[in-house]
Amino acid sequence: MTRIPSLAARHPLQPSAVADDARFEPSLATAGDYIALLKPRVMSLVIFTALVGLVIAPGHIHPVLGFTALLCIAVGAGAAGALNMWYESDIDAVMERTAKRPLPSGRIGRDEALAFGIILSVFSIVTMGLMVNALAAGLLAFTIFFYAVVYTIWLKRFTPQNIVIGGAAGAFPPMIGWAAATGAIGLEPILMFLIIFFWTPPHFWALSLSRADDYARAGVPMLPVVAGAQETKRQIAIYSAVLLPVGMSPWLFGFAGAAYAALSLLGGALMVAFSMRLLRAVGQRADRVAKQLFGFSILYLFVLFAALLVERGFGLAIGRLSW
Amino acid sequence: MSAVADKKDNGIVLTEAQKRARRGRSIAIAVTLATLVVLFYVITLVKGPGLLNRPL
Repeated sequence: MTRIPSLAARHPLQPSAVADDARFEPSLATAGDYIALLKPRVMSLVIFTALVGLVIAPGHIHPVLGFTALLCIAVGAGAAGALNMWYESDIDAVMERTAKRPLPSGRIGRDEALAFGIILSVFSIVTMGLMVNALAAGLLAFTIFFYAVVYTIWLKRFTPQNIVIGGAAGAFPPMIGWAAATGAIGLEPILMFLIIFFWTPPHFWALSLSRADDYARAGVPMLPVVAGAQETKRQIAIYSAVLLPVGMSPWLFGFAGAAYAALSLLGGALMVAFSMRLLRAVGQRADRVAKQLFGFSILYLFVLFAALLVERGFGLAIGRLSW
Repeated sequence: MSAVADKKDNGIVLTEAQKRARRGRSIAIAVTLATLVVLFYVITLVKGPGLLNRPL
């Protein structure tokens, strides 16, 4: 395994030096910069999967409380994103994809981002606990901790398995939504967790394949950097193959109907097909296929959760298995 | 008198861009606070007295 020298050793730019000068000047940060700290694109997927968990859960939650739970999950996810940007401002500054973010560009100071993230974390957890229930609040707190501390501070700069283990943080939202509606956890939210958990590696590694130079420059031990493109493609193919049955598991366990079964089989098969094409592709074609796989993976997850939402949320699950 | 002393005498004078940014942030904070007031009021109506009657 290739050892990557730490960023601090190769770059004089230390985290604390990125935007500290900003505090001595009146701020030019707009409200949009603070919204950008919340990683709104990541947040949209979190909200959608949490909504599915909340809607398909048995029992009834008042729409206002359901909205409040989703708001808390969204704000908590955003807070974790702000804490991530606080800690990674040194990495973001040297990566092309992230150099224009509010911290590396100096529009927001690191201290501000840290305070923003902590305040929103506490606010979302306390509100969830007081207005919805303690289990959902506890899961939300654990998710924020897992993303900000376990993934961002510990795993990301330490192991190429960072996004495999760290992917759990993105898999919790449907479980939190379910817990908000029921006050408990069952097999169904665990299956939804597993779908996102096994979906994350092929999704993220497909993106990181085309960003390997960026990650290498920043000293982040992403799989393509430390193990090479071919090994990454092989891992993508393995996880895609595992994802196929995991994606179908809600139908196999009798929680979803025939429409979900057909969509998850077709989507899973296409994920495997894309990953096999990627495994054989080289050069610019590999970049193109990796981007196609990345784009399709988003569609795949959206369709699976949308199918669950329609079938279970509206009582249209026809052809469910019963054991 | 030096430029630094001038700046001290006049305090910090915001540029137009800084004023616009501050105004935008202030409006965003106001809208957020107003939304939260309405949300917590509606939640209180929905949950009723049960909001205060909870195990610790």
